[in-house]
Amino acid sequence: MRAFGLAWVYLRLGVLNELQYRANFFIAAFQSLLSVALGLVVLALVYSHTTTLNGWTESELLVIVGVQILLGGVIHSTIQPNMQRLVDEVRDGKLDLLLTKPEDAQALVSLREVQIWQAVDVISGAAVVVVGAARIAHGVGVVGAIAFVALLGFGALLLYCFWLILATGSFWVVNMGYLAELFEGIYQTGRWPIGIYPGWLRYSMTYLVPIGFAVTVPAQVLTGRLHWPTVVVALCFGAALTGLTRVFWRVGLRRYSGASA
Amino acid sequence: MPRQEPWLRSMVDFYATMMRTQLLMQFQYRAATYMYTLGMVAEPTIYLVVWSSIARSHGGTVNGLTPQAFAAYYIVWTLVRTMNIVFTPYGWEERIREGQLSAGLLRPLHPIHFDLAMFAGQKLVWILMYLPIAVGLSLVFHPALHPGTVQILVFLVAIWGAYLIRSMNLWILGMVSIWTTRASAIFQTYVLTELLLSGRLVPLTLMPHWAQTLAAWLPFKWTFYFPIEVLVGHMSNLSLVGGLGMQLLWTAIGASVVAGAWRLSVRHYSAVGN
Repeated sequence: MRAFGLAWVYLRLGVLNELQYRANFFIAAFQSLLSVALGLVVLALVYSHTTTLNGWTESELLVIVGVQILLGGVIHSTIQPNMQRLVDEVRDGKLDLLLTKPEDAQALVSLREVQIWQAVDVISGAAVVVVGAARIAHGVGVVGAIAFVALLGFGALLLYCFWLILATGSFWVVNMGYLAELFEGIYQTGRWPIGIYPGWLRYSMTYLVPIGFAVTVPAQVLTGRLHWPTVVVALCFGAALTGLTRVFWRVGLRRYSGASA
Repeated sequence: MPRQEPWLRSMVDFYATMMRTQLLMQFQYRAATYMYTLGMVAEPTIYLVVWSSIARSHGGTVNGLTPQAFAAYYIVWTLVRTMNIVFTPYGWEERIREGQLSAGLLRPLHPIHFDLAMFAGQKLVWILMYLPIAVGLSLVFHPALHPGTVQILVFLVAIWGAYLIRSMNLWILGMVSIWTTRASAIFQTYVLTELLLSGRLVPLTLMPHWAQTLAAWLPFKWTFYFPIEVLVGHMSNLSLVGGLGMQLLWTAIGASVVAGAWRLSVRHYSAVGN
């Protein structure tokens, strides 16, 4: 529970820091608008040549696009800045200072940075989800809405684990400058229903890189195609991944020998 | 013209040395390069999967393009995209913030030559690393790719033409950083326009007609669609040569704008750093 207190303190600090640069909000809002616009244009283009993509209609796919943008906002505001800083500090030998603190090191490296303006994507993504969901005929009940939000949080946890596993790799490979590009590239695959990918790619995107569980499963709730066994599998997988991430982080940390003076 | 030859020779010397150094440096960071490449390959793979899936659900073709044709397009796309990676406005922001530009100004050579030579050297490593990826993608997606000798030769020229055009364009955008610290918003608008009108997102023939007409008047298609089509399409020799001519034209336009804007920007530039 101490982690929550820590998260709250760092969040307040991050907010205070970023409030100094208010103009950045407009830049972030503009960029968010561009990414929504691109998503819509691509959908319009695809559906000008077809009526369904692997059984998904345009409105249904809009929900996926929205979820992907929304989770992208979560990643860019909280997960990615922390992981980027971790990789940089391992390279520069600056992680020593953090390790001397009495708090759990994994909690510290995961919570230090908050970039609130990037969270604009959460709002614009949510707007896209709402528009998409509203256009689908059958209504989404209260249970569905709660399940959707819970699965979104769960998806964010999976993406955090995946990012931390990647970043932990920097204890072995020092030059990880392109890690963000690697993650961004892989994350773009989440903009399409996982079913359109060929088998081997679909499995690796579900279990190796948990994009399928993170993005497609929440969208399935709103589009009424979720099977409850999928949720059970997802939860078991999430628990296993969280444990594995913890173990991997510990092993990596043991390798860290510091490079600072 | 007594100065002509030493100048040319020193330029060739400069480019050769820069490119060799960059090549060796890039080789040392193979893991990082592969990480970047892996992230990059995701983009064309997604497009390929989406459009192949549409083609298959419509009896095998979209606008006459089969899944194998899409495979060829997006596999060649990957190499062209690699050639299109140049110094970005983000790099410019850093360069100005940290005062690196001041050092560049002290040198007798226009700073664009450093960027051109530096990235050209790195390209050689990228091309080498692209080959196994192309083989892997070909085994999975079975591209329909049968270029002739002429096509291959023109392609080898066209990818460097694309490199030059995009270098000029992004240099112009980069110089905006000298005037404002908010250049990234302009850059992202550029990238979005380029994505749609260059053939990066989809082969241009899949775009609505008005967009294709618009693309014909802009430089973007000469950096993506044209080089890819050279290898995968069935262009006549005349249109191959005409395309190279258009690339030359856009490079010349870009270079003149760079020259003019540079003169203005340098006057405006005030040094940061030590």
